[in-house]
Amino acid sequence: MIRQQISERVSLPVQRVRSTTGEPMVWLTAMGLTIGLAMVVYLIGLIIVNGLAAFWPTRVAQIELREGGKAGINNAPRLGGKIVKTQQKAIQGEEARDQSEWQVMVGNKEVYGFSFKYLDRADIAKVSYPADIMLIERLEYGEAIGMPVALQIKGAGTIPATDAEFTTRLQSLVTEVNQRREAIKRIEQKDIGRINAKMDVLRLQQRALERAPQSGTSGPAAQPQSLQEAMAALQAEYEVLAQRASDLRRQQNDHVLTYRLITGEERRLALGQIVHVSFPNQLSIWQRLGLFLHNVWVFLSEEPREANTEGGVFPAIFGTFVMTLLMSLAVTPFGVLAALYLREYAKQGLIVRTVRIAVNNLAGVPSIVFGVFGLGFFVYLVGGTIDQLFFSTALPTPTFGTGGIVWAALTLALMTVPVVIVATEEALAAVPRGTREGSLACGASKWQTIQRVVLPAAAPGILTGLILAMARGAGEVAPLMLVGVVKLAPTLPVDGLFPFVHLDRKFMHLGFHIYDLGFQSPDSDAAQPMVFATTLLLIMLVVVLNIGAIWVRDRLRKKYAMGAF
Amino acid sequence: MLTELTRTVEPLKITDPILDIDGLYLYYGNKEALRNISLVIPRKQVTAFIGPSGCGKSTLLRCFNRMNDLIEGIHVVGTIKLDGEDINAPDVDVIQLRRRVGMVFQKYNPFPKSIYENVVYGLRIAGVKNRTILDETVEKSLHAAALWDEVKDRLRESALSLSGGQMQRLCIARAIAVQPDIILMDEPCSALDPIATSHIEDLIDGLKQEYTVVIVTHNMQQAARVSDYTAFLYLGELIEFDDTNKMFTTPSKKQTQDYITGRFG
Repeated sequence: MIRQQISERVSLPVQRVRSTTGEPMVWLTAMGLTIGLAMVVYLIGLIIVNGLAAFWPTRVAQIELREGGKAGINNAPRLGGKIVKTQQKAIQGEEARDQSEWQVMVGNKEVYGFSFKYLDRADIAKVSYPADIMLIERLEYGEAIGMPVALQIKGAGTIPATDAEFTTRLQSLVTEVNQRREAIKRIEQKDIGRINAKMDVLRLQQRALERAPQSGTSGPAAQPQSLQEAMAALQAEYEVLAQRASDLRRQQNDHVLTYRLITGEERRLALGQIVHVSFPNQLSIWQRLGLFLHNVWVFLSEEPREANTEGGVFPAIFGTFVMTLLMSLAVTPFGVLAALYLREYAKQGLIVRTVRIAVNNLAGVPSIVFGVFGLGFFVYLVGGTIDQLFFSTALPTPTFGTGGIVWAALTLALMTVPVVIVATEEALAAVPRGTREGSLACGASKWQTIQRVVLPAAAPGILTGLILAMARGAGEVAPLMLVGVVKLAPTLPVDGLFPFVHLDRKFMHLGFHIYDLGFQSPDSDAAQPMVFATTLLLIMLVVVLNIGAIWVRDRLRKKYAMGAF
Repeated sequence: MLTELTRTVEPLKITDPILDIDGLYLYYGNKEALRNISLVIPRKQVTAFIGPSGCGKSTLLRCFNRMNDLIEGIHVVGTIKLDGEDINAPDVDVIQLRRRVGMVFQKYNPFPKSIYENVVYGLRIAGVKNRTILDETVEKSLHAAALWDEVKDRLRESALSLSGGQMQRLCIARAIAVQPDIILMDEPCSALDPIATSHIEDLIDGLKQEYTVVIVTHNMQQAARVSDYTAFLYLGELIEFDDTNKMFTTPSKKQTQDYITGRFG
């Protein structure tokens, strides 16, 4: 009877309802991820391509202009330069001609008054790449482009450009000039720098004596004399070194290179002004690659020239690195101890909850506010007090009462501490209760348990917090501008003079360098390749720091893995 | 392995008590978890606490080394005397107490350190630095825990690379290393397979030469195999405490009889 009833029941149509299988959501979420990834890849790719293009040696063209046109420089019929950009003209003419234009880097800024020129494609008659066009990288006015004429060597006559030995002699002399420049730099920065530091110390002692009341005994009276003797000795040393430096400087201008610009003018250049000479149209692919790598190396290891548009960014790399390191040293104990107290020792109640909310909100404060706080509290209050107490003889010149690398590091540490606190708290909470109980049951105190068992087990999580803090701190620029970053720093914050780490010095920073190049440089076209290259460098620096920390974290994870259960 | 109850039946006059519990009440906030517990734990014997889930066995065990202090809202009334001294007195050093009363937990919890460091942990936190003492203790404790032969070549390897049974024996070695007076074991075999369980049971039999062992178990047969004295708890009260032989053959209370024969629990 029942069976009959069942078989008589109308069978329900089983439909595949689309919304239950979830396929559209799979597509939607996958698309979201793909778009995000594509944007990141495109951005990184754009930066890499533009950044590396700044170093790749391109050929120099000789451009013949059409008869009767006014497109040339000073009405010269031809000009030479690197073709940097091709684009459609902004204002289109009526004729059915080629409506695109070229941006050409013509160099020779001291002659023309500019380095970049736009040329209508329609005005160009012929483009060629003569083999002996020369590209000279100089100390001032950027690059020079021209045909070599002659090399005048002091005491050895003149070698014309047609001579077979011309190129080899030129290159060897340029190498010599560069080495001499290094020697001059060493004398001036290291040796004279050391004497200057000692003289500063003596000067401060003198001032202290002048300010102190006369005591009348022979002790203090003898001191000014010995100070003066010491000063005189140092002054004599300084004179010797300065003489050596100026002799070397004079030697730099012994030899002269004559060359002719493509537009016709003939120019003379002392070899001491030359950094690098190349013949770009003669280079094979391997030579290009070698020059490319050389350019990258120069970028990474040299100091900037010409208002930061030429040369390298080494001081900025060094400053960013040292500041990030100091910031990490400051933020880690601060953040970990605060999280330990919040999670382990404090009685969980309203006050602790409020503190936690406050800490989380600290992460949302705009970074410039931290800069202002750093300026007011660290620089003026703490720095000013330190100056009053320890460096009063140097006043009114501030030592710590002005921006410096230590205040910048502390300001950024304050900004990134919420990240570390939150990550540490999560890591501490993830340590299983059984481990803690096992330690306590062995007769350990609470602190011993934390120190020996809980903290090591939480170390991977704490490192995650540190990674995030470093990534955030290394990229911030706004607060730094108020507490210690400068456009051009004369010295590095770490060098060979005691006390080796100079916490009061101002420093250069990659992020600020990008801002300065992009928005405050006098020649924005010339600066553009450097902007991309520096951006690429900053991204890579942060990636390297992150990868390093991730590697350490992985090693710790393997060591402290909590087993299968 | 002892399968028959062949111990001599002693009269229930505990001549040498190590722990004396008198009138113990324990409250979780307002809820009463232990009511009027009075018993005596004999020295250098194995005492088992049996009873159905939630009857308070583990709670009572954790009173002996004051691990209940870690839980908020617990309130203890009554006395627990270790060798005549009340362990709940305000001036008692809990660290010292936990060195004298060691504990092995239900879920083995070796530290993520090497085997060597796990065993010497108790000694290091007590300030022992002498390498010779540490080495000797490691060897002795691992021997006593029947683990030495299996790990003697890899003392520096991570403790987490051992099997479950080995890790539990390591925890026992860790507890023994500080030479406690009492070893508390809270269901030490419940997370292990039968072969590992039998290893641990053999171990317990050897331990009572030097240590007093109090073991909580929900496995009655294990209690019968391993212990000299058994206490039966039900809903926070001590129903019966007697020699194991006697309790399992001729229990005095009907509730005990019902539990042992499997009527409930």
